[in-house]
Amino acid sequence: MTDVVRTGFRPSRVAIYGVLLLAALVYLIPLFIMLVTSFKTPMDIRTGNLMALPTDWTTIGWTKAWSEACTGVDCNGISGYFWNSFKMTVPAVLISTLLGAFNGYVLSKWKFKGSDLFFGMLLFGCFVPFQVVLLPMAATLGQLGLANTTTGLVLVHVIYGVAFTTLFFRNYYVAIPDALIKAARLDGAGFFTIFFRILLPMSTPIFMVSLIWQFTQIWNDFLFGVVFASGDSQPITVALNNLVNTSTGVKEYNVDMAAAMIAALPTLVVYIVAGKYFIRGLTAGSVKG
Amino acid sequence: MEHIQRHPARVARASSRLLDGLQRWLPKLVVAPTFVLVGIGIYGYMLWTGVLSFTSSSFLPVYDFVGFDQYAKLMSNDRWLTASVNLGIFGGLFILSCLLIGVVLAIFLDQKIRQEGAIRTIYLYPMALSMIVTGTVWKWILNPSLGLEKLMHDWGWTSFSFDWLVNSDMAIYTIVMAAVWQASGFVMALFLAGLRGVDSSIIRAARVDGASLPLIYWKIILPSLRPVFFSAVMVLAHIAIKSFDLVMAMTAGGPGYSTDLPAVFMYAHTFTRGQMGLGSASAMLMLGAILALIVPYLYSELREKRHD
Repeated sequence: MTDVVRTGFRPSRVAIYGVLLLAALVYLIPLFIMLVTSFKTPMDIRTGNLMALPTDWTTIGWTKAWSEACTGVDCNGISGYFWNSFKMTVPAVLISTLLGAFNGYVLSKWKFKGSDLFFGMLLFGCFVPFQVVLLPMAATLGQLGLANTTTGLVLVHVIYGVAFTTLFFRNYYVAIPDALIKAARLDGAGFFTIFFRILLPMSTPIFMVSLIWQFTQIWNDFLFGVVFASGDSQPITVALNNLVNTSTGVKEYNVDMAAAMIAALPTLVVYIVAGKYFIRGLTAGSVKG
Repeated sequence: MEHIQRHPARVARASSRLLDGLQRWLPKLVVAPTFVLVGIGIYGYMLWTGVLSFTSSSFLPVYDFVGFDQYAKLMSNDRWLTASVNLGIFGGLFILSCLLIGVVLAIFLDQKIRQEGAIRTIYLYPMALSMIVTGTVWKWILNPSLGLEKLMHDWGWTSFSFDWLVNSDMAIYTIVMAAVWQASGFVMALFLAGLRGVDSSIIRAARVDGASLPLIYWKIILPSLRPVFFSAVMVLAHIAIKSFDLVMAMTAGGPGYSTDLPAVFMYAHTFTRGQMGLGSASAMLMLGAILALIVPYLYSELREKRHD
């Protein structure tokens, strides 16, 4: 205890804590502004200021954003688009993670001639700017009858997510000793037996990383949503952008902020509950290419 | 699998030969769907866009070969030049600010800070948000009449004025602010991980020699984190080149086209202005920029691995 007190009073320590806390404030203030604005009345927004608390708290911004706000032509709020995002995100996350797990397993434990080249191709695929695939993909989705559908978006997110998930699993499985696999093979265990009996039970952390990473990426995607979806199939990010940037009538900033909160909540909740895995995904995707 | 082993030896041998054959093909079979999807979806489409960039396609793809016409048009296109210059401004400031903030916060956080976990969580949460959400919030904060300006007036600084969001000379800097707010925590996390890997005996030895802590960081620790610098710059540059959402949410490229970035230019020309050829050419140049960045990086990474 005395130790803590002593270090606490050294001027350099005070400065360090000061800077760190100031930075924490800077990161938190936009969230604070978003929250308080969403609970204000339009009147309150005009008379008060960004940092002022609401004079009378109201959820009218939230209900309006959820079910009445105009996102372009129709004015049914963003609830439909919120569910669209779920319908798109859940299958895309599951499929891309499963594919990634099997790919990673093969590319680390069942290498074949050309498998390293294939991995290199995937790795490079992580870096390609999506602008170079948008137009052909739009044409293909049109041909397949998947333009403007949630199924089409799921397909797109699987294709452009699988490189990342494969990378996660491959790098995780590479660290598991090959001797373990060889021993199992001598005992007569086959491809799937080894995967399900040996690797899968120790894969929980990397599954968490992959699931959370993909969930955040796909939920937050805007580019694919705005290019490949229209009207009823749009994800929440596109709806939010339409809501905020349509200039019909008086701007209601409380509705804008409530809609932004609604769009942000799923990934924020995931981050708060499982931030550890999210950070691991972030650093795995960058530090180790 | 187990019941096969209980069969008579002959049957077992035959079926195991069949299984062996299957085993040999199974790995390839399992990665085949990904191979096809990625082969077409990334490499095939990349080629397709490349082909389109050499055609005069406007609203619909046509396959007439016009050489480098679209690229030449691009180079003399005012809007593209603005987008390129903006990318330079945005990318440069974004990368430098994120690095500076990230390094300082990481070093400070590495001083046995109480509640380090909580502080780290706060620094990183913006990374979990959609750029559209970030853009929406910052657009509101920087609102020229009701945002920051009004706040400062209410707090007594009545001469304060801040209209960058609608000022075509300054709007690009508002995008930088929001982007740095979102991504600097991530750089902090990268460097913190790097700092945790530094051998603390080096620091102790230098301290014994009488070196001050800032000097040790500047002369010994930061230089040893060179690989982290490289990865951070790579990731940040990659984010900058692909930046699209934030601009769309905050300014939609405006006022005029003063905040256009290449990705916004590409989207506008390809999907709303019916100039597919030009849009494709711009996409290919974006790919070129990424390649110029990635290839040397991957090359040096792979070489390092071979030396290990």
